[in-house]
Amino acid sequence: MLGRSRGEKTFEVFNIFLLILLGFATLFPLIHIASKSLSDDAYVLARDIVLLPKDIQFEAYKYILGNDRFAGSFQNTIILTFVGTFINIMMTVITAYPLSRKRFHGQSAIMVLYVFTMFFSGGIIPSYLLVRNLKLLDSIWSLILPGSISVYNMILIKNFFMSVPDSLEESAKMDGCRHIRILFSIFLPLSLPAIATITLFYAVGHWNSYFGALMYMSTRNKYPLQLFLREMLIEESVDVVDVSNLMDVAPESVKAATIIVATVPILIIYPFLQKYFVKGVMIGAIKG
Amino acid sequence: MFILEVKNIIMTKRKTVQQTSQKTAQSTTIKRERSFFKKEILSNCELYLISLPGLIYLILFKYAPMYGITIAFKDFNIFKGIIHSPWVGFEHFIRLFTSAKFLQVFENTLLISIYKLIFTFPAPILLALLLNEIRRLTFKKTIQTISYIPHFISWVVVSGMFLDILSPNTGIINRLIKGMGLEPIFFMADKNYFRSVLVVTQIWKEIGWGAIVYLAAIAGINPELYEAAIVDGAGKLRQVWHITLNGIKPTIAILLLLRVGNLLDAGHEQILMMYSAPVYEVADVISTYVFRVGLGQMEYSFTAAAGLFNNIIGCALLFSTNYIIRHFGEQGIW
Repeated sequence: MLGRSRGEKTFEVFNIFLLILLGFATLFPLIHIASKSLSDDAYVLARDIVLLPKDIQFEAYKYILGNDRFAGSFQNTIILTFVGTFINIMMTVITAYPLSRKRFHGQSAIMVLYVFTMFFSGGIIPSYLLVRNLKLLDSIWSLILPGSISVYNMILIKNFFMSVPDSLEESAKMDGCRHIRILFSIFLPLSLPAIATITLFYAVGHWNSYFGALMYMSTRNKYPLQLFLREMLIEESVDVVDVSNLMDVAPESVKAATIIVATVPILIIYPFLQKYFVKGVMIGAIKG
Repeated sequence: MFILEVKNIIMTKRKTVQQTSQKTAQSTTIKRERSFFKKEILSNCELYLISLPGLIYLILFKYAPMYGITIAFKDFNIFKGIIHSPWVGFEHFIRLFTSAKFLQVFENTLLISIYKLIFTFPAPILLALLLNEIRRLTFKKTIQTISYIPHFISWVVVSGMFLDILSPNTGIINRLIKGMGLEPIFFMADKNYFRSVLVVTQIWKEIGWGAIVYLAAIAGINPELYEAAIVDGAGKLRQVWHITLNGIKPTIAILLLLRVGNLLDAGHEQILMMYSAPVYEVADVISTYVFRVGLGQMEYSFTAAAGLFNNIIGCALLFSTNYIIRHFGEQGIW
């Protein structure tokens, strides 16, 4: 590694420059929006904000955090994420366990049934009709049940279970353990990293999803967070302008504050969990 | 005489014993087969019970809707239900292929998907290759961590962000454009730019996350290969081509396969949030069309036919790409 050629050194500099550019391009929208949310309306309306906020004020945040419908939809999403993810994990784990056992006859046939659904599905209309026929329209269960098992995640867990040495299962059987106990007392603790990974995947999925709610939910106060955000940011049917006139804050700032408040929970959580999901993606890619 | 009789008796006894033991042997085999079944299935019956919820879920939420596909061949009446609606054969499909609107939608789906494939598929690979060349670990990790932040932001929020940034009057991009003396561009409503907006925002959102898999694969390449190449006098570019890219070929193949299988899913979650009436003409894809016209205007059968068409083409693409990839010697999905 001694004496890098001039060509290599130039490349290295170029590379670092490109990557810094990428980092900047990734962060810029977030920082710009954050600054808009914190700036005094004079500067925002004068289109003066680029990177840093000017004349910081928190009015926009006061508005959005005090908004009932925002708080309601936020709460709905929290409930949806916790209950939904819990059901996801339960269903995924108990489905993966039998499929990972050699003694489970018919395992390969059943796997084909599962994997097929990754490539072919009924489609939007039949799924809607099913939810309607099950009387689940406008219910939180329409957002939880249809997506209970992600086959991709299930395969991840199944592969993990399969990598557990047989001797553990054998000795537990000799001690007279039933399968359920084996699953919960032995396999579950051993596969904590994999389970942490899919928990993250499922939770983020619930937090960010909107399409299901868009199709199935019709009562305003049952809307999850994303649907409220859609109304405010895209449909613009929330009375942002009226309020902002009252509070001396630019409507753009209110929207910007909403974006920041919706994004911050994820931004806080994900650094702690990166260790897990980076590993998880690796496991999935290499073993899958 | 007596000895003969004794012999007789012993012979008969032997025969009886033999016969009895044969019979016992037969019934033991039968018993063994039965008990094999009993032992294997019944003693593991718990496994089958545990797998039941998943199977019920599968049948109910995944396969039952597939039966619902039949409405594409019927004149679906929501009051009569699926079973009692009359059959109309391929009427909807004929209507689909002769409808100018649908052909436009189909064209959009293909164009946007291919456009995205060309740009968004190689981008993470490129990023992974660049990141791999960085020596300073902290810099590498920092950039990587930053790059996959957008993956965790929902399309609703991302759309909201870019609606602001690309806004014709107040958005910062247009402020820059105006500052350069040019006319502002209404990106989100301009037919010439909208598809590019879709592609660029998708790259922004997914490049970091996509690179993770490739970086993991690159990390698995044997370092000795590089050393050998350097000894042979290979420059950086050659090393990258022959070793790095070669080493991650299987990963690329599988991911490409999955991507092509989803080709006709041109990203409806993104498009639904970003598009608006002025750009329907260039951005309405099959999925968004099915959603807007099918659910919105309650044209169930017609749009179900469109959706089925979408799915079948996707499957066909998947199978053929898998075949092609295996032909090249890589491992496909099956």
